[in-house]
Amino acid sequence: MMRTRFQQQMEELREKLLRMGGLAELAVDRATQAYTERDLTRCQLVLENESLINAAEREIDELAFDILATQQPAATDLRFILAVTKINADLERVGDQAVNIAERVMDLIELPAVDLPVDIARMATAVSAMVRRALESFVEGKAELAQAVLEMDHVVDRMRDEAFIVLVRKMNEEPQVTQQALDALLVARNLERVADHATNISEDVIFWVLGADVRHHAQAASAAPRPERREQ
Amino acid sequence: MGVGITVEHLNAFYGKTQALFDINIIVAANHATALIGPSGCGKSTFIRCLNRMHETIPEASVEGKVHIGDLSVYNGTSATQLRRRVGMVFQKPNPFPTMSIYDNVAAGLKLNGFRNRKQLDEVVHKSLHSSALWDEVKDSLHKKSGASLSGGQQQRLCIARALAVQPEVLLMDEPCSALDPISTGKIEELIFQLKEQYTIVIVTHNMQQAARVAEFTGFFLLGKMIEFDKTEKIFTNPSDKRTEDYVTGRFG
Repeated sequence: MMRTRFQQQMEELREKLLRMGGLAELAVDRATQAYTERDLTRCQLVLENESLINAAEREIDELAFDILATQQPAATDLRFILAVTKINADLERVGDQAVNIAERVMDLIELPAVDLPVDIARMATAVSAMVRRALESFVEGKAELAQAVLEMDHVVDRMRDEAFIVLVRKMNEEPQVTQQALDALLVARNLERVADHATNISEDVIFWVLGADVRHHAQAASAAPRPERREQ
Repeated sequence: MGVGITVEHLNAFYGKTQALFDINIIVAANHATALIGPSGCGKSTFIRCLNRMHETIPEASVEGKVHIGDLSVYNGTSATQLRRRVGMVFQKPNPFPTMSIYDNVAAGLKLNGFRNRKQLDEVVHKSLHSSALWDEVKDSLHKKSGASLSGGQQQRLCIARALAVQPEVLLMDEPCSALDPISTGKIEELIFQLKEQYTIVIVTHNMQQAARVAEFTGFFLLGKMIEFDKTEKIFTNPSDKRTEDYVTGRFG
């Protein structure tokens, strides 16, 4: 049985979330490039972008709210809408983390450039890949793609831990670069948080596709197998 | 194309008993508008005032103004003239039982003196297509009677019959209440498709149905229009406490 209006609304919701995902991904990429290149213009772009992300968040919530109120979605459709609202909140937080990084960079640019024993660019690449893959798993409706993102989170956690160790040591050894080292440490923490949001997004995709709650390290495999959903 | 409906200070009576109190509403053209409310709230009376069905009941009367597009319903327009522009579908499917499927659809046109066979064929074909029934009956148009169809098919036949006279407005009085969920889904999908060409007003007991099919919803209670707004507003954040109580199932 066709439900044209409902299908149109669901497609609109999906498209809006993808646009939102694109904005959040762009914000993180710009913010980390701003850090590695000490680029004020990119910082400003990130700040300007934030209002677009916030507006997108409101629009998505509004549409999801209307669909829930008027269309009585069930099963996979219901899980999809719940997942979208949660992913939406995570993407907005990703945008906030990008803003935090950009603000940190704006402070950093005022200070002399120093060599720090931490590879923020490498960490940023890993984090961006997580966000991108989490969004791909949503686009494709594939739980295995989402599962791969969950496994990447440990790698980013380790990078953050290593960054903390070397940067604290650097601050002890060379107190004159404490400010720069502290900024780098905070950027590493912001990036690790972005990775956490990517992880949350992936968990929501798994919930939508398989109906399984894998949060807090529960196993997807414990859920009853369900047919893979590829189209929304 | 559909036309808008304007209702001003409408009061309706059954003898001395007042059933509707000062109803004011503007129904948007080419949209579906749903009327909800508990039994006896006046929603069916209201819809029957739009095509002068109300006055067919002995001692029933109406005050106020109703315009269907530029046509003044209660000022110089004959009921026949009006009903050519305003089709109606009822709760219980009511095909003419002895007529074939074809004749059921063509009945309104024939009644208006329309005799050209080729044109009749075209209208019957188009109307059955519009009501999403064509594929199911195309091989038995003249062989089967309207009464031989299933309830859901009969209701779509009645919709085809209403569409055949090319109305601008389609009134639906609980069109799905006698139908199973699959047939209900088909009618709801049909409403979505039809509003491109017609203005639809649907009375329904099923408020989820109102939420699914209508862009605008009016809530009636004790003969009064308590609230009229966009459907999303009615079902997410209604302005009136009584509407909130009804849509959340706290009464009614």
